[in-house]
Amino acid sequence: MKYLFSLIVGMAVGVAVFFLLLYYNPLITQTKLSPLSVTDNELINLNYSAVAADSLIYTNDGESQIAPHPAKVLQLWERPIRQTTAMATMLRNSRNQTVGIGIKFSSDSESTRILNGEAIVDSVWHIYLPGRGSLFVEQQENYWGYMREIVIPAYWSSGDNWRGIWNGNTTSGPGALDTATVVGGSGRFDGLRTEGVEALAAKAYSVDKGPVAIDGEITIEIPRPDPEVTPDP
Amino acid sequence: MFRTFIAGILLGIMAAGAGLYFLPAVDQFREQSMIVVHTNHGNTESFHVNVPTDRIMVGAPSQVSPLPAGLNWPDSAQFAETRAELFKIRNAKDAVVGVASRIAASHEVSGDIIEWVFHLPARGSAYVSMRPESADGGYRIGELIWGTREFAALEGLVTEQWVADVSGSEDAPAGRIEVITAFVTQLVDEE
Repeated sequence: MKYLFSLIVGMAVGVAVFFLLLYYNPLITQTKLSPLSVTDNELINLNYSAVAADSLIYTNDGESQIAPHPAKVLQLWERPIRQTTAMATMLRNSRNQTVGIGIKFSSDSESTRILNGEAIVDSVWHIYLPGRGSLFVEQQENYWGYMREIVIPAYWSSGDNWRGIWNGNTTSGPGALDTATVVGGSGRFDGLRTEGVEALAAKAYSVDKGPVAIDGEITIEIPRPDPEVTPDP
Repeated sequence: MFRTFIAGILLGIMAAGAGLYFLPAVDQFREQSMIVVHTNHGNTESFHVNVPTDRIMVGAPSQVSPLPAGLNWPDSAQFAETRAELFKIRNAKDAVVGVASRIAASHEVSGDIIEWVFHLPARGSAYVSMRPESADGGYRIGELIWGTREFAALEGLVTEQWVADVSGSEDAPAGRIEVITAFVTQLVDEE
């Protein structure tokens, strides 16, 4: 009997050791530098608040940690969309002026591999910037760094919250350099095919409410038009 | 007993590793795809939105009763001609399979736009641009601009049409927005 008890306790310790190794694995790091930071092309920066209560609407299955906003919004409780969130928010430029509307759908991805430090979310943005046009952003986001450095410490904290400064790119694909695919739909962006990156800047997180002070930023690269080739006279 | 404890630790590490490796962390539920193959007309798939029950948001200026209640839609002039809607979308069996956004806007620079983004969590997303003018028969035609995952290698057309309910049933929706996709695999030149 004591051997069985010893084995069970050992296994519990083994599982705990495994998750500690996974949590503190130094080989799994979050990208903090945007691959677009070295480009010499024009960049469009669209900022938004990642706090649900600051959005126009935010909805999920209604049983998740983050409460839908406004309270009476239709919830996504049906089985095929239960692991999906929808958010509509105002988008602001670098001068904090409202420039457009963004709608984001995010779904937990089946390509999630916790063992590799990949908590993947498949997300798309539908963006409309009046006077400029519309855009579609396709990306995979990796929230492992966000969970490891914000969410889990918040649970471990005696006050059930996290405060600090955390900046990180969430975009992890489909581009080879961890960039999102951006497609133009109309206006100035008609026919555009380019790349983008989404990043989060977190200051406060609560176990009860989720994000308390977190801003998001979508950076989109606008390639320069190809120079016209003129025949040699 | 100490050896058993050490063996337990190793067993625990292996069990946790094997569990994370072999058990899927996320398993999206997938409704059966209802694709219809037509004689010499490719494949179509029909989706619809029951109105008003599947409407998540209607963002438009000067609404008397905004949807959802409490929606604080911007009243600035730049959004005066913008209407953004969010829906749940259903397949031909009336089962919810995803969510969708529809933006209709008019601007002197960017022109008239009507766009859809369909997001089916288990399958992928489709970005569709509709022609602003209606075709004969009261429907609108658009084309797939971009698709992700299952829709990535596809191209084709989409139609949308408002179909009013004529059943007369008390609990029937007012009508539905019917969306039919006709996608085929893109042709790739082989050298």
